[in-house]
Amino acid sequence: MNEWPLFEVFIRSKQGLDHKHVGSLHAPDAKMAIQMARDVYTRRQEGVSIWIVPSSAIVASDPNDKAANFDPMEDKIYRHPTFYQLPDEVDHM
Amino acid sequence: MYTQPTDRKELAATAERAPRTLTPEDAAFQQRIDADEFIEPRDWMPQAYCKTLVRQISQHAHSEIVGMLPEGNWITRAPTLKRKAILLAKVQDEGGHGLYLYAAAETLGVSRDEMIEALHSGKAKYSSIFNYPTLTWADIGCIGWLVDGAAIMNQIPLCRCSYGPYARAMIRVCKEESFHQRQGYDIMLALCRGTPEQKNLAQDALDRWWWPVVMMFGPSDKDSTHSAQSAAWKIKRVSNDDLRQKFIDATVPQADLLGLKIPDADLKWNARRGHYEFGAVDWEEFWRVVNGDGPLNRERLAARVKAYEDGRWVREAATAYAAKRGRGSFDPDAAKHGRDSFDPDVAKHGRDSFDPDAAKHRASEKVA
Repeated sequence: MNEWPLFEVFIRSKQGLDHKHVGSLHAPDAKMAIQMARDVYTRRQEGVSIWIVPSSAIVASDPNDKAANFDPMEDKIYRHPTFYQLPDEVDHM
Repeated sequence: MYTQPTDRKELAATAERAPRTLTPEDAAFQQRIDADEFIEPRDWMPQAYCKTLVRQISQHAHSEIVGMLPEGNWITRAPTLKRKAILLAKVQDEGGHGLYLYAAAETLGVSRDEMIEALHSGKAKYSSIFNYPTLTWADIGCIGWLVDGAAIMNQIPLCRCSYGPYARAMIRVCKEESFHQRQGYDIMLALCRGTPEQKNLAQDALDRWWWPVVMMFGPSDKDSTHSAQSAAWKIKRVSNDDLRQKFIDATVPQADLLGLKIPDADLKWNARRGHYEFGAVDWEEFWRVVNGDGPLNRERLAARVKAYEDGRWVREAATAYAAKRGRGSFDPDAAKHGRDSFDPDVAKHGRDSFDPDAAKHRASEKVA
């Protein structure tokens, strides 16, 4: 028998927070995947909402491009508020 | 529930060892490990690292799944409704733990079917502890208290294992597992505070489980094949003997509190070392059980295969149903409820254009 396709599971732990990736599972279709995700990942009220995404639909960056993608940000510290020294009088800006 | 080192040094002709000549990739990889970086699925890794992980994680997964059997034996006979509900929840957890671990192993390129096949054919191993029978209700107490206690001892260091998906699975498992040990001790407490017959039941179970549990940590470090390389790769962070000692040190006072006697005449506190000394482990028994000749090896595997075969028609029906509805397409109902888009129509159009086939299936379904 063909293996069921793989789905990635995302759970919103409570209203106001993002859905977060929690794991993956095999299921015959998306509807069953939601049911199974509920049984596997929310047995202790870990979630209020579930997203299911076919793993094959995810397009990921190449780990070999990690340096090219992310290193250029390393010397752009002026993007952080801590880069700017302000007089004490405006300390809480 | 547990991963158990089961490879004997003298049998390890093909064992993975540190490569004789380190390639630049190997060196860079080791550098990442030494810097406590996590390795993720698509990162470069030595083949032997991958192979070691697949073996360990899949064995661990098999142990969770087979581990449901000894406890499942008592679900229908739990003494109260409360105990039954608790045991059901615990066994369900073990199934979930198996799933987390299979999923972690799959990130290394091995398929679920391959792993299941390896278990069912007897090629893959699982923890020796599950080949012992659960004869009385007190055995369920001992499994929670001792077997899960030993498992937690082993699994906590694995939460910092160098392979990201395995470490994340272990964090989830450990979080859920802590209730398992406590419910087991709770059963033992109830028995030990009960009638003399109940207390005898508890002692009898401890007598039978103690040594198999002590063996769960695997062979002594001096006889363990993979320890050195696994330690260098930070797959195994604490040695078998250290874990065993830690477990015994923690457990003896718990047995004292229950008023039970641990079946080891040589067990005594060594104040100088700050540890308990304990008697010799019967490693012959360990290898016998690991290699298939324990009290219940054949029954456990047969039960596992039967469950898989009995469930085949359900899996096939679900597959056929999914195929009929348009396999692989996004389920429109699920999508509608799952998305938190502002405008469901926009979302629908967006998805339809993404997958025209799915849209077609849905359209034909509506007509029918």
